[in-house]
Amino acid sequence: MASGERSLTDVSRGVWFSLIAALILQIAWQSAQPRPVASAAALGAPPPVAVLRVASLGEPVVLAQLTTLYLQAFDNQPGISIPFRDLDYRRVTQWLATILELDAAGQYPLLMAAQVYSQVPDPARERLMLEFVHEQFLQDPNRRWRWLAHSAIMAHHRLRDTALALRFADDIARLAPAAPGWARQMRIFILEGIGELDSAKILLGGLLESGEIKDERELRFLAERLESMKNAEKSSRSSKK
Amino acid sequence: MRQPQIATIARFTLLEALRTRLAWLFVIVLALILVTAYFIQQLAITESTRLHIGFSAAAARLATVFVLSLHILTSMVREFNDKGLELTLSFDLRRSHYILGRLCGYTLIAAVFALLATLPQLLLAPPQAALQWGLSLALELAIVTALSLFCIVTFTQLMPAASFVLGFYLLARALTAIRLISDTPLVGGDALSHQVISRLVDALALLLPALDRFAQSVWLADSTGTWQMVGANAAQALLYVVLLGAAAMFDFYRRNL
Repeated sequence: MASGERSLTDVSRGVWFSLIAALILQIAWQSAQPRPVASAAALGAPPPVAVLRVASLGEPVVLAQLTTLYLQAFDNQPGISIPFRDLDYRRVTQWLATILELDAAGQYPLLMAAQVYSQVPDPARERLMLEFVHEQFLQDPNRRWRWLAHSAIMAHHRLRDTALALRFADDIARLAPAAPGWARQMRIFILEGIGELDSAKILLGGLLESGEIKDERELRFLAERLESMKNAEKSSRSSKK
Repeated sequence: MRQPQIATIARFTLLEALRTRLAWLFVIVLALILVTAYFIQQLAITESTRLHIGFSAAAARLATVFVLSLHILTSMVREFNDKGLELTLSFDLRRSHYILGRLCGYTLIAAVFALLATLPQLLLAPPQAALQWGLSLALELAIVTALSLFCIVTFTQLMPAASFVLGFYLLARALTAIRLISDTPLVGGDALSHQVISRLVDALALLLPALDRFAQSVWLADSTGTWQMVGANAAQALLYVVLLGAAAMFDFYRRNL
């Protein structure tokens, strides 16, 4: 289309000036705007599943995945425990349940519940998240047992609630025949009093061996979590000395 | 005396909208949205008014953008195809004034659309919230007007222009959410690919208007809008309309007719 265009000198100076000045002002204006920050208070209730299904235009799984990323933006901020503490956990579980209704085969919301939200230093919130995982496990035990296995470890070591941990372990043994033998015998290493780090190692090793974890990024995430647990244990030992 | 020429072109732009029964089409679309919103309200167990307001405002906003943008694109394509443009420019008229006249005419149509979309909200929401929402919608529509005009002047064909307008609008509405998501990876935040994408998203945010800050339905449902927000919308709209108007003129000056 080069032959169909006139020279740049045919553009009047006023237009040149307006264009360049407006462009500079636009960039300056946007630079002056505060960076968007997800605030815990801004997390509203999720829309009804039926509305989301309509909005997904026949792609509920994609919408579920995008919604998970949206929800994730509300928690993973610098100073991680502060936004967690501020989050309305009941609302978070509503979002997670909504996402699972849109994409029942998805594991991401359960990873968030078991591995991310349950890290909050608040027993009531932690318990709420573990119960959420249990509730979701009951709907599809064979596919969701590994999140309950993690929750059992959390209940035992963080909440110091052995009864809850055993209930979770028993449910895996009773309701998830597809789970490998070591997972169905979790009751044993809960009762033997193995430490949290070792339990997590057993769980991760078992998951790797059974081929449950296939995604490289998930593996890296879980390995990073294990590493941070090791560091936390080291620092607590040195502070005791 | 150039101003009368701009005013004449703006007047003919309005006349064209009247004769193509654009207002009636828009009223029918609004009526359909309100009926659907009422239907949804009847299904709700709780917060039914909130649901009614939220759905009708969000749907009216999208429909207004869609109808207005499509009208501008088809009107300009008709002008190109009927050789009306050549005829107009054969008079003693600057190209920049032609664009300004068109921009003024379409912006007036946008203001009428915003007014029509706000009227039902005045019945449902607090008057001040409805007024803030309506003004913000008018400002958003002014940007969409300038965007549509720029696209059709640049691309001259309906399909590429409409695709660009749609893509631009969706991106400008979603960019804040995209920035939030790209800022908060749970894993791999230090990876080069993530850093590059994050910088790219930030650069886009400098160039695009944050349309998600305009005419939010939550302003109507919860009265959370402020005049300060509307003022910020006005500054952004003014800036972006000048930018897109100048860009449209730039391309129009370079065209060989």
